[in-house]
Amino acid sequence: MTTLETIIPIVAKQLGLNPADIGANTNLEEAGYESLDVIETIFALEEEFGIDINFNANTQDTGSLATVGDLAAIIDETLAKQGKA
Amino acid sequence: MKRVAITGVGAVSPAGLDAVSTWQGVRDGISAIAPLDCPRADRLNVTIAAQVRDFNAADLLPPKRAAMMDRFSQFAVVAAREALAQSGLDRAHPAVQQAAVIVGIGVGGLITLDDAFFNLYGLDKPRSHPLTIPKLMCNAAPSQVSMDLGAHGITFAVASACASGTHAIGTAAQLIRSGASPVVFAGGSEACITAGTLHGWEALRVLAPDTCRPFSRNRAGLVLGEGSGMMVLEDWDHAQARGATILAEVLGFGANADAGDLTSPDPEGARAAMDLALRDACLSPHQIGYINAHGTGTAMNDRVESDAIRALFGADPPPVSSSKAVLGHGLGAAGALEAVVTVMALANQIIPPTANCIEPDTDLGIDMVPEGPRNAEFTAAISNSFAFGGLNAVLALGRT
Repeated sequence: MTTLETIIPIVAKQLGLNPADIGANTNLEEAGYESLDVIETIFALEEEFGIDINFNANTQDTGSLATVGDLAAIIDETLAKQGKA
Repeated sequence: MKRVAITGVGAVSPAGLDAVSTWQGVRDGISAIAPLDCPRADRLNVTIAAQVRDFNAADLLPPKRAAMMDRFSQFAVVAAREALAQSGLDRAHPAVQQAAVIVGIGVGGLITLDDAFFNLYGLDKPRSHPLTIPKLMCNAAPSQVSMDLGAHGITFAVASACASGTHAIGTAAQLIRSGASPVVFAGGSEACITAGTLHGWEALRVLAPDTCRPFSRNRAGLVLGEGSGMMVLEDWDHAQARGATILAEVLGFGANADAGDLTSPDPEGARAAMDLALRDACLSPHQIGYINAHGTGTAMNDRVESDAIRALFGADPPPVSSSKAVLGHGLGAAGALEAVVTVMALANQIIPPTANCIEPDTDLGIDMVPEGPRNAEFTAAISNSFAFGGLNAVLALGRT
């Protein structure tokens, strides 16, 4: 299963949407993400993949986590850095 | 309606163990943020905090009494004693014996709780200390202050997260105004720097890895603090009749709720709370000479608070500074410590700087006093607190 396939159900659960309606290009904010949704999702992804994602809400460029595909990218990057890829 | 005098202040803070040293630290912009020192810190990513150093409760309070208190209650009692001493009142005075005590507490005795749970679940110990609950309850601090000072009036804790101390002082001022209590001990206290607490804050992704830089382009988030600020609020006529020195006046109090998001502040709610405080004080925006900001050092607060200030005060607002680069974010204590700072600023006619603001974010449209302490003539100031939960509280304070 690809990273994207793993995270889609997690994002769908956070949004209360059907996983079939979510893809790499889904924009999180447009799909309904509010203030705590991003950090709740990151927590869920850290639990799922057994990683620590380096995310600070104060220094992160908000545009860098705009889509579901961006989430997949940051996970792959973190897995590679932490030697779990 | 009665006027509200402030006749005593006290503080225990990362900058020092009394109000004067706390003020001096903020005035001189000397950050008290330092390497984290708490049990089980090795489990954390965060390595810094603004902690109260060299506080030995057994040296400052009767040892048996100190042993009955969590650190947040010890802070409150020490600060309340200092405020009482400055007021010139003593425990035998009928107004002290009838005084109310209101203390803002964000979360209560989490050091006691963290240790108790670690013993149970971490060390598999079979029992908890019998004082666990009496020490950790949020009302322990106001109760211990009432017991220590012999104050028999209405006594309770206010819990509104980061605005608790401001709500406590504002509520106390209403008691004085109404005539219900001629003297109230009011403020805030917090001591929750534990591994468990910090884990929770890390999960919110708002902690700075190095230091707190409010209103600076290179901001990286907030740094947790601790401490207590306490005040003696007194019916103005009562204070004058006994010849007390009046340090400052509580002119107004404004508080409201965003009724929106749990953690994202609303600029309109913050603006409206400041407006309520000014209206309550019968002041116009141009009469405010200084704003002690909530100023947590997060990207969100910097933007929302500066937007709210410009919405109320216009394009050229009064100087704004945050004390949190020096004191950290003391949660329930923050508003009270910052009210003490604002009283000192008014009394000394010095606007304290925003420490660590090395790259002033001019896009915010505020004068954040980055250069250092500034001499100024001003008669009124406000102190802002905007809490998680969308709870806003603002005090308007006046020079005497």
